[in-house]
Amino acid sequence: MKKYIDDFTVVENRRLNDEYVILTLQLDRELPEILPGQFAEVRVDNAPNTFLRRPISIHDVNLKKRQIKLLVQEIGEGTRTMGSLQKGDKLNLVYPLGNSFSDPDTKEVLLVGGGCGVAPLLYLGRKLKENGITPKFLLGARDRDGLISLDEYEKVGEVNVTTEDGSLGTKGFVIHHPLMRTGNPGYDHIFTCGPEPMMKVVAKYAEKHGIKCEVSLENRMACGIGACLCCVTDTKDGHVCTCTDGPVFDSTYLKW
Amino acid sequence: MVDLTVDLKNGLKLKNPVMTASGTFGYGEEYEDFFDISRLGGIIVKGTTGSHREGNPYPRMAETPHGMLNAVGLQNKGVDYFAREIYPRIKDYNTNLLVNVSGSTVEEYEDVARKINELENIPGIELNISCPNVKEGGMAFGTSCPSAVSVINAVRKVYDNHIMVKLSPNVTNVAEIASAVEGEGADSVSLINTLLGMAIDAESRRPLLSTITGGLSGPAVKPVALRMVWQVSQAVKIPVVGLGGIMTATDAIEFMLAGASAVQIGTANFIDPLVSVKVIKGIEDYCERHSVNSVTELTGGMITD
Repeated sequence: MKKYIDDFTVVENRRLNDEYVILTLQLDRELPEILPGQFAEVRVDNAPNTFLRRPISIHDVNLKKRQIKLLVQEIGEGTRTMGSLQKGDKLNLVYPLGNSFSDPDTKEVLLVGGGCGVAPLLYLGRKLKENGITPKFLLGARDRDGLISLDEYEKVGEVNVTTEDGSLGTKGFVIHHPLMRTGNPGYDHIFTCGPEPMMKVVAKYAEKHGIKCEVSLENRMACGIGACLCCVTDTKDGHVCTCTDGPVFDSTYLKW
Repeated sequence: MVDLTVDLKNGLKLKNPVMTASGTFGYGEEYEDFFDISRLGGIIVKGTTGSHREGNPYPRMAETPHGMLNAVGLQNKGVDYFAREIYPRIKDYNTNLLVNVSGSTVEEYEDVARKINELENIPGIELNISCPNVKEGGMAFGTSCPSAVSVINAVRKVYDNHIMVKLSPNVTNVAEIASAVEGEGADSVSLINTLLGMAIDAESRRPLLSTITGGLSGPAVKPVALRMVWQVSQAVKIPVVGLGGIMTATDAIEFMLAGASAVQIGTANFIDPLVSVKVIKGIEDYCERHSVNSVTELTGGMITD
């Protein structure tokens, strides 16, 4: 897929809580095709200690409005600077990068997200729904404030949640939810994105039950386009770039 | 109309003084969507060794103030794979393709150089005697005169085209190493490779790189690189190619004024994939503004009196 460098205009910065914002960015011409699971390398200006671009997954796409959404978790200076952007500010993106989640062979799919890893699952769910598949979501967070934009996910599919403190949904991690404990779970393809320990237990569960599982990694990156070989992950074929061979991998392909 | 061409001799003529540095520009293909890469003076492709290398374990990169550390460790599929699979795809780019050659032994450098010598559209190699991220070879060859000499001497015998030798900044006297490789028949020297550095996460008390130490690049190293380019250009007659933290045309011009005949752009490609064409344009504008007819007039043009 052809890659682009473009200046987007911030049309909305919606603060969800102390930690998360959703940036809505608009392009002054038509957007290229963007696949679910792809990401953008965002240049962060006016952040003196942020040297490299920040890889951020595409949270949602609206081709008609020429808009994309990024869910940003404020972790360091770079993401905090992104979180403070105002309507009208410009943001330079290299995009769309990476492969994508696959088209499933089944209509029974589960999308498992944790923390900021829920971001690409909204766009994935939307695309699945367009193709006649109603996805089930299983979204986990530390507490109810960490579960962002649930209403958006509810528009797309069935939403199940877990929180570590039990403030919403099932208490515990996603793996403790009944959806991941029954012998006949009612889905045969899992897409997951979130903290690596979470994805590992989800993948292990899937492999044990013969369920296909795709995971989206977020390794530390420099270039985002396969040139620097910094973001590698170990696979059956040795080191491959997370940015170009991934970020989405079949869990059985990874050595982790 | 400014003449931007630079002749580095022995078959390496650049349409402009701007090349992309090894390990930061892949094989050129990665950047094709962004601009016409034939506009570049040259592309130094990824470090190539005698056989397949997996490189170092993840994590291999850490961002640091005004720069980054890397510890990729020469991951590549080996020279035979390059010649068979990659070379046919890129050989018709209308720019100079140089292969960065590395090895653990003198014999490995020789073997890779011999195989690259067979490839018609490769006008030169960049001998990497300065990689800080491999246990054997690499920087070990570039940090003492006798070992640097042994590599250049062996490769010169099997390689006819342009040999650019990439020097390590991790030495006491870089000019001494440069003079030694010049004496063995190197056609040019490029510097600097990355500066050995490290980073620790205080909270977890762990190093940020799997290898603990790695190579620092980016604007943080520019003053060191500029100083070394100046020192080396005073010491050798062969052309000097300057690199280390170039982000803008002004940076590139500073390297030329310090003594570089050409420059390479590395880490900046990660932040702005279009940076190299912007630098070319910026150099041209500078020359026009300063009534410089040929970019070669900039080389060593620093005024000290």
